[in-house]
Amino acid sequence: MTTIAPVGRRAFLKVATLAGGGLLVAVYGPRLGVAARGDRPAADPLADTQLNAFIRFHDDGTVTILSKNPEIGQGVKTALPLIIAEELDVPWAKVTIEQAPLDPAVFGPQFAGGSTATPLNWDLLRRTGAAARAMLVGAAAKQWNVAAATCTTADAVVTHAPSGRTATYASLLAVAATITPPALDQVPLKDPAAYRLVGKPHKDVDIHKIVTGQPLYGIDVVVPGMHHAVYEKCPVFGGKLVSANVDEVRKLPGVTHAFVVKGGPALDGLLDGVAIVADSWWHAQSARGKLKVQWDGGATAATSTAGMDAKARELARAPLDKVTRNEGDVAAALAAAPMVVEAQYSYPFIVHAPLEPQNTTAEWKDGKLEIWSPTQMPQPGRDLVAKTLGIPPADITIHVTRSGGGFGRRLKNDYMVEAAQIAKTAGVPVKLLWTREDDFAHDHYRQAGWHFFRGAVDAQGQVVAWQDRMVYDEIGEADFPSRFVPNLRLEVSTPFHGVPTGALRAPGSNGQAFVVQSFVDELAFAARRDPLQFRLDMLRRQVTPPGPRDRFSAERMAKVLEVVRDRSGWGKTLPKGRGMGVAFHFSHRGYFAEVVEAGVGARGGLVIHQVWVVGDIGRQVINPINAEHQAIGGALEGISHALAQELTIDKGRAVEANFDEYALLRMPNAPPVDVFFHLTDNSPTGLGEPALPPVIPALCNAIFAATGKRIRKLPIGNQLSA
Amino acid sequence: MPSVSFKVNGQRVNVDVPADIPLLWVLRDQLNLKGTKYGCGVGQCGACTVHVKGVPVRSCSTLATSVAGQDVITIEGLSADGTHPVQRAWEELDVPQCGYCQAGQLMTAAALLAANKKPTDADINAAMEGNICRCATYRRIRGAIHRAAELAAAGPSRAGSGAPRDRED
Repeated sequence: MTTIAPVGRRAFLKVATLAGGGLLVAVYGPRLGVAARGDRPAADPLADTQLNAFIRFHDDGTVTILSKNPEIGQGVKTALPLIIAEELDVPWAKVTIEQAPLDPAVFGPQFAGGSTATPLNWDLLRRTGAAARAMLVGAAAKQWNVAAATCTTADAVVTHAPSGRTATYASLLAVAATITPPALDQVPLKDPAAYRLVGKPHKDVDIHKIVTGQPLYGIDVVVPGMHHAVYEKCPVFGGKLVSANVDEVRKLPGVTHAFVVKGGPALDGLLDGVAIVADSWWHAQSARGKLKVQWDGGATAATSTAGMDAKARELARAPLDKVTRNEGDVAAALAAAPMVVEAQYSYPFIVHAPLEPQNTTAEWKDGKLEIWSPTQMPQPGRDLVAKTLGIPPADITIHVTRSGGGFGRRLKNDYMVEAAQIAKTAGVPVKLLWTREDDFAHDHYRQAGWHFFRGAVDAQGQVVAWQDRMVYDEIGEADFPSRFVPNLRLEVSTPFHGVPTGALRAPGSNGQAFVVQSFVDELAFAARRDPLQFRLDMLRRQVTPPGPRDRFSAERMAKVLEVVRDRSGWGKTLPKGRGMGVAFHFSHRGYFAEVVEAGVGARGGLVIHQVWVVGDIGRQVINPINAEHQAIGGALEGISHALAQELTIDKGRAVEANFDEYALLRMPNAPPVDVFFHLTDNSPTGLGEPALPPVIPALCNAIFAATGKRIRKLPIGNQLSA
Repeated sequence: MPSVSFKVNGQRVNVDVPADIPLLWVLRDQLNLKGTKYGCGVGQCGACTVHVKGVPVRSCSTLATSVAGQDVITIEGLSADGTHPVQRAWEELDVPQCGYCQAGQLMTAAALLAANKKPTDADINAAMEGNICRCATYRRIRGAIHRAAELAAAGPSRAGSGAPRDRED
């Protein structure tokens, strides 16, 4: 859940003339409030005076706009500057985008997480662009001695129609710099009907560099004198190093340094390990083959997926230790109901595996650190490095590179602090690069979860009881069906397991949607009702008034459900062996309902014929070509989770080590996805995540409709042939 | 260390390499051609795909010494100016999300089109199955390969800038 505060009255502009000519517009504003679950940026001491965006006007008529947030494939490097350019009224072809360095005092919160880039910046960046435009208009009006209100702008030109005068922005910069900046909260904004850029498709600003193979990513960074490093950690999560043969390793070809690093207990901080630094990455990695380390795995060495499964089943026989929601009287309702349904669900640990393996380049020089890193959270990364190495944050410069995927993995900065420590100890610039096996062995996995349901429908086919005992689930509550069932009880227990876990694209929701929307389907079947109409009826029967934490709007969800019903042709006659499944889920402020049509193919395998995605993300889609990308990517990632992804834990360590043992979705299994955004008069919100969760239960419900087989355990794997 | 001599993007190179080093690391770290990417190191993801004698190979699993005397083409050498039909089509359809896998996708696609001027969906699936896109841009990749086939058939000139939007299905 994220609370977004509007731009307040204390926001103001600062303007300076650039040394090389041109004008710089900086927006200072109050901190935009973000209270996010799991992805809250670290507290910022400069909370009230932050520069949130940069626009650099140049004398030649071009404009440089800095993009403040990390680009991880979600499209912010294009979308955020587009918002500024829209209100500024400059042609997109004259805009150059630059990735902003980490400087929260200047740019405000800079992170990629929680699908927050749009909701946190939509208002602010519009006002930033509009305020700069107002100053240019003010400059023209002053020069012409006319009222600013009689001037218009288009394509970086101010026009005074009554007198036929025009002036380019570039010609107005010197005067504009003398204009008192308008208060940000009073600057007039464009009527969206007049938008020329926002709402129109814009390609990724780096696309040409990508298709020609230019260096953009962290792994591509080269600094003079750079050495290459690998870092070996205990295969048991958080294990301690007892001894290592670093003296022998140091003598191997190309190796310049080999040393033991003592870490701390935090699984997302610096852990015990052995650093090997060499003149090439291949030499460092090869030397690793000769490394002999004695580890102490500690208590986590006893953890296994099988053990967790047994533990969950044992715990769920009795009420769990924590009750997160209790409405009505579930026990009485279950006892009285004519029809009780029981089901056990589970989903496994899965890996993030962004395709660019974890890496960071660091240089320690004259007591200061310079870092180049593909990170979603540069500021917490800097804080972690500062705290671990005992140096002031001010002495750490962080350059945020494009990331080859994120998906939540790079919210953690373990690889950054490792590179920093290795560079400091070795005393040479170092690029640390993890292998894919390192990535599988030391992810912060999507938490596995077990859910034990009991539910009941009455004679009228309405849900009257819902009990969910969830073990290991980190969220422990749900936006739905809380409030929509008269007797509801959610219990949770999270026993120790020692496996590092973290947010993975639509965290919490990617597991909750599967279990909740599948069990809703089971109740619909028990009630002999159409599963889509059954959901609409549930949404229209809110029995408990919303509490302070309830942000879920049943009306918005019901609407997207109706739209996806119509777009998918729900209820149509299908060929034998095919079925349609539906599900909805609310996450990251977005409302998504999805339908999957699936069946069993000629050779007995699952075939997914089509996915329909309908989302309500508010009144404005900023960059439709990317919005479609994000929604399709989210839905296909959900299908990838559902089909085959499973990371097994045994003896306190990861079992699967690479893509040959862990199947990601590939082209032949990627179905067509129809995406539609149902616009509503609500604040625009982000798209990186909310399209993912509903597709998983929609697929499983389609499998049930097609085959009668209920998928209660992910991944689907070979359950259909069993 | 053995010395190996081969051609990269038309230029002869001569490098001293460890006997067991894969071509990928010679390209990236010794020849500073960063476009070819490391993704898995075991030939499973295709991010490291380059052409050796026109055939797409996984450079992470190809010994550098094995390409002695041969012609290697990387993404940097696929065209002089980024106008190979697959590059034009990729831009037209705005294929990438994070973009990390795309060099490998482009190299695999270019090799497919060199061998098959008008591939069907099934041909494309078969050729591209070894390339993982973690962002799942698969539908746009397939669309872009069809588009590249059209562009290649139409000749070397750049297509009009008013490119049609990708239809995913």
